[in-house]
Amino acid sequence: MAQYLALTYTADVDWFAPEQAEAVAEYRVFAKENAQHLKASAVLHPTSTATVVRVVGARGGDVITTDGPYAETKEALTGYYLIEADDLDAAVAIAAEIPAAWGGAVEVRPVLAAN
Amino acid sequence: MHDRLAETVRIEGARILATLIRTVGNLQIAEDAVQEAVLAALREWPATGVPPQPRAWLTLTARRKAIDILRREGARAAKEREGADLMELSRPDLPPEGVVRDDQLRLIFTCCHPALAPESRVALALRTLCGLSVAQTAAVLLTNEAAMAKRLTRTRQKITASRIPYRVPADADLPARLPAVCAVVHALYTSGHAPVGGPVLVDVDVCGEAVRLARLLHSLLPDEAMPAAVLALLLLTEARRPARVDPAGEVVLLADQDRARWDAALIGEGRALLDASLRRTAGVADPYQLQAAIAAEHARSASYAGTDWAEIVRLYDLLLSVAPSGAAALSRAVAVAEAAGPAAGLDALGPVPPGPRWHAVRAELLARSGRYGAAVEAATEALAGELTDPERRHQERRRAEWSARLT
Repeated sequence: MAQYLALTYTADVDWFAPEQAEAVAEYRVFAKENAQHLKASAVLHPTSTATVVRVVGARGGDVITTDGPYAETKEALTGYYLIEADDLDAAVAIAAEIPAAWGGAVEVRPVLAAN
Repeated sequence: MHDRLAETVRIEGARILATLIRTVGNLQIAEDAVQEAVLAALREWPATGVPPQPRAWLTLTARRKAIDILRREGARAAKEREGADLMELSRPDLPPEGVVRDDQLRLIFTCCHPALAPESRVALALRTLCGLSVAQTAAVLLTNEAAMAKRLTRTRQKITASRIPYRVPADADLPARLPAVCAVVHALYTSGHAPVGGPVLVDVDVCGEAVRLARLLHSLLPDEAMPAAVLALLLLTEARRPARVDPAGEVVLLADQDRARWDAALIGEGRALLDASLRRTAGVADPYQLQAAIAAEHARSASYAGTDWAEIVRLYDLLLSVAPSGAAALSRAVAVAEAAGPAAGLDALGPVPPGPRWHAVRAELLARSGRYGAAVEAATEALAGELTDPERRHQERRRAEWSARLT
């Protein structure tokens, strides 16, 4: 078994807004149907709430915080699922069921096994 | 003599690699082991003579090398070694033919996995399926050895880290997975048939390798229409190869080719494969079938002038509707010019994105319309871009002919 992080890239919406209720319900169906493969998941607030942190030079340097993303993009990182699957083909099959895969995109990345 | 030996060893090496990957459970270690066995053969056989069973010699040597590498890598490879079937590695007998064929198909689908970048698939296919060295792979794909080594390493890392399975897809998934495989075989052939620039210097017959792979793929999946169409296309194109270049290495245009030098056996085989492939297809033909049909139409015609150009234009229209490409649109413009005259050809060129070959076609059509000044200018534009050396010489010759008519 291997673990994959499936990052969802979709329109930069506020999932907590009432007009997203239908979309959120679709994600719930996906999560329920694939519960045995999902180790963790999260839904993110829109990118307008993001804070970027940088430390100047090395550790201990000045902490610089700036607001969110640098440019308006059509698709933003809006959430993730941690998938457990035998191999990439199995992970892709599960990722293809995430509603973000249509109308958006899902990036599947293998997670480095912790020894 | 040494070249023949090297080629035999290379092809045998690629054949045994597929099974070794499954037994070792790691692409890199299996590749290194086969490479060492191949080098040992090339070192020893010229002195000792080729052993009575070269395939067995290479297989057993590669297995021993794999065990050596696994031991040498020690703890670092411990994880891989868990997956490695050391029992099978220490066996003295050869795997049965059926097992080898299954393994070859596995390797093809792994190398051509859609999760890999298309350029990486082609590079990996040349390295593992054709057994070319890193330097040869780099030469075929017009890059340097260091960049190629890096690309191959990254590709293997992706296969390992993301666990791209060493498996033939289920029948239900084949339609989704076959196009990526066929695209690699076709891209291989194209890279040998129409190199973008530079002299003809690659010391391997890349076209021959692509045909070998297409034959292998078709023999492993005889009931699938797409591999049959790819093989048909390659054979029909390959049949014309002897006539494409004259003894001095100069390009001979289709119009001027000696059709007696076309390989009739390959044409017959290609047409039979195309027919069989079309019979298996319901509905819309795929791009390989259409390109093969175009090649078959040329092969059917006794002379350039006697070609059914209207039919060729129709086939290009179909091809462009399923697989739009600049190259196909350019060829269509040439066919339009033959069917309806150079003015119609120039009109058809209009919407096609320009490149060196576009300028070359335009120059030819302008000259045919008697506009030699414009033809010389277009030829100069073509020569400013990337062409192979024979194409460049041809273009320079034509430009000189047209210039002479101006004065």
